Amino acid sequence: MDKKITLSYGGGGEETNKLIKELFYKNFSNEILENAEDAAVIDLKGKTAFTTDSFTVSPIVFNGGNIGKLSIAGTCNDLAMMGAEPKYLSVGFMIEEGLEYSMLEKIVKTMADELKKIDAKIVCGDTKVVPSGSVDKIFINTSGIGEIKKENISAHNLNEGDAIIVSRDIGKHGTVIMAHRYGVDTDIKSDCKVLWSEVKALIDADINIKALRDATRGGLSAVLNEWSETSSVSIEINEDKIPLSDEVIGLCEIFGFEPMDLANEGTFILAVSNEDKEKALEVLKNFNKNASIIGEVKKGNKVILKSPYGSKRYIELPKGELLPRIC
Amino acid sequence: MNKLSLKDLYFKFRNPETIKALQKEIKKEAVKLKEPMRIMEICGGHTHTIMKYGIKQLLPENISFIHGPGCPVCIMPKERIDHAITLSHQKDVILATLGDMIRVPGSKSTLAKARAEGANVVPLHSTLDVLEIARKNPDKKVVFFAIGFETTTPMTAALIHTALKQNLKNIYYHINHVLVPPPMRAILDSGEAKINAFIGPSHVSVITGAKAYEFLVKDYKTPVVVAGFEPVDVMESILMLIHQKIKNTPKVEIQYKRATTYEGNLLAQEMINRYMEVRPSFRWRGLGDIPHSALKLKDEYEEFDAEKIWADILPNEPINDHKLCICGEILKGLKTPKECSVFGSACTPANPLGSCMVSDEGACNAYYRYER
Amino acid sequence: MCLAIPSKVLNIDENNIAEVDTLGVKRKVSLDLIAEEVKPGNYVLIHVGYAMSKIDEKAALESLEVYEMLAKAAMEEESSISPEDLVNEEGPLLYKPKED
Repeated sequence: MDKKITLSYGGGGEETNKLIKELFYKNFSNEILENAEDAAVIDLKGKTAFTTDSFTVSPIVFNGGNIGKLSIAGTCNDLAMMGAEPKYLSVGFMIEEGLEYSMLEKIVKTMADELKKIDAKIVCGDTKVVPSGSVDKIFINTSGIGEIKKENISAHNLNEGDAIIVSRDIGKHGTVIMAHRYGVDTDIKSDCKVLWSEVKALIDADINIKALRDATRGGLSAVLNEWSETSSVSIEINEDKIPLSDEVIGLCEIFGFEPMDLANEGTFILAVSNEDKEKALEVLKNFNKNASIIGEVKKGNKVILKSPYGSKRYIELPKGELLPRIC
Repeated sequence: MNKLSLKDLYFKFRNPETIKALQKEIKKEAVKLKEPMRIMEICGGHTHTIMKYGIKQLLPENISFIHGPGCPVCIMPKERIDHAITLSHQKDVILATLGDMIRVPGSKSTLAKARAEGANVVPLHSTLDVLEIARKNPDKKVVFFAIGFETTTPMTAALIHTALKQNLKNIYYHINHVLVPPPMRAILDSGEAKINAFIGPSHVSVITGAKAYEFLVKDYKTPVVVAGFEPVDVMESILMLIHQKIKNTPKVEIQYKRATTYEGNLLAQEMINRYMEVRPSFRWRGLGDIPHSALKLKDEYEEFDAEKIWADILPNEPINDHKLCICGEILKGLKTPKECSVFGSACTPANPLGSCMVSDEGACNAYYRYER
Repeated sequence: MCLAIPSKVLNIDENNIAEVDTLGVKRKVSLDLIAEEVKPGNYVLIHVGYAMSKIDEKAALESLEVYEMLAKAAMEEESSISPEDLVNEEGPLLYKPKED
């Protein structure tokens, strides 16, 4: 049956209640949510991280995930990058009338699956259905609260001598989206993933973590430039140490993109003290064998890429819309 | 002989060991040069390779590069970009063009801005897509704003051929294809840049054949090596140029043997000649009017010629560059981007004052990305 | 300009459109600009939706062989391959003129 979400689903009446119970409560089930009060009541212990993000990705379903998975991973990762364990999330759906019910169901089920992996809960939410054309199929906002497990992880912390590590091969998510946008057939899967397990493992191993950042829009280039500016340091990266899959290389060749500029949704960069770099690498390799120490922090204020044959160049912030080179 | 894999064709021509070995050879041989070698790489793609792989840093002091005008987007005069923008605003027109073009600044706007204002602009990465667009929009006029050097011209010709064969009557062409040899002549004739060696474009040469550069040897006694795109190709070509210089026997040589021949792609050449002919003159941004340097649609196909059909709304008044933009001198090889007073400040890839900053192949863009 | 990419031909349909593989990405290009015969397994250079030429595999392998020799010679301090070995009467081996 091709049931569609109509405006009445967001009206607050019987259909809305049915939607909430049959879809949201059923999949996101937990006590706080099902209390169904005007607001969720939660008990926070100690320092707390709080973040919000809105997701408008197109296409809403892509190789390796969908907008739902992204909305959970994105917000949970923002928390994880501060050393906070994701605990409670809110979700706001803005649905274009006419969206297939089965699509919404698929998105919600995916979100529930992601949450189960890290024992986080959606404790409150809101649904709006808007006229056709007001949003592109579905937009999702998630806000998240996390318990800080390790304090003082910050982009201000980088010092000369610190090591820069990447948790896995880069560029997969951005490549998947670009491939879809330009109608190119590829087997690449988005790396979309909640990263709390990795961060927890690093905290448990007592690694001296200086900074963490997931390399979303703008990719590796954006993170490194941000850290360089915020900490007033130079970062030198060895080109041959950056892990890249063949498929990402292939697509970047075709379109003339730099893999370092492409978005990731399940890959993060760390800056750790030099003494801990090998230990940190070992921890990360348990999650993905492509984790790699890619560079180090030096005095200065630029991000520099070193080639394996002795030349150097700057890595700049990617600018504007990524367009393919003429070809 | 070993089997060649597809990956080999990319990565073995970027092999760091090979680059280091060629660097050693170049260093050894360059001491024998009687005068400094000033190489112009014509093609914007080569500029990109040189900057991206830091090739300048690997060379001895007596070898330098002068960046040539081989960036078809960079040399487009503003008034012609305005043509594209004007056409895109016509109610029943879909303006299709290759990717980079949509960011190039005309006198007041860009195609990207026009698109944001509601104009129907489609950036393509395949010329063939025009056919699909025309088929899906039979009530619209699809105008293909065709740009590029000889590499891309045959594809436009093939498109015209197929469109005619498939009887698609709603495709029109605004031809801005340009040729490589005439600006090279113009630059050498002006004598100002003191170029004494050339790296010939890789893929233009696949179409034209290396024979297209004989005039450089015949009329200017300047050595030319047609080089492939990868860093190993460029390094090997530099070594070949050094040897030519030392022996003082300028000739046309092909380093890019795996893809280029002396004669070129004769079928492609024939296609081009079937539908297009050389214009008496064309204004190049920065270089001015160069005779016989660009193509137009042949008169027998004028019913599809966008320049003729929309002539009354497409003025040809030359529009000059921003006062402070020195793209012209950069394209002629007289100045480098760093000598421009607005480089990196008022003129950046996000906000380009001149075309050299827009396209990936523009010298200013390459310098901004890799060497600021 | 002239960004053209080496790709491997996978199959060709009756409209002379080839499906090619470019480092794992599959695309369709027209072979209308290539006069000689193209077979699956051949390598071609593709540009804006068309194949513009076949890649000469023999020439590519020859180049790679020379690079290997050169790299070996550069790495060994005292090598059995001296720079003079890389030269014959026609000129340095690096760029043997193509026999027409």
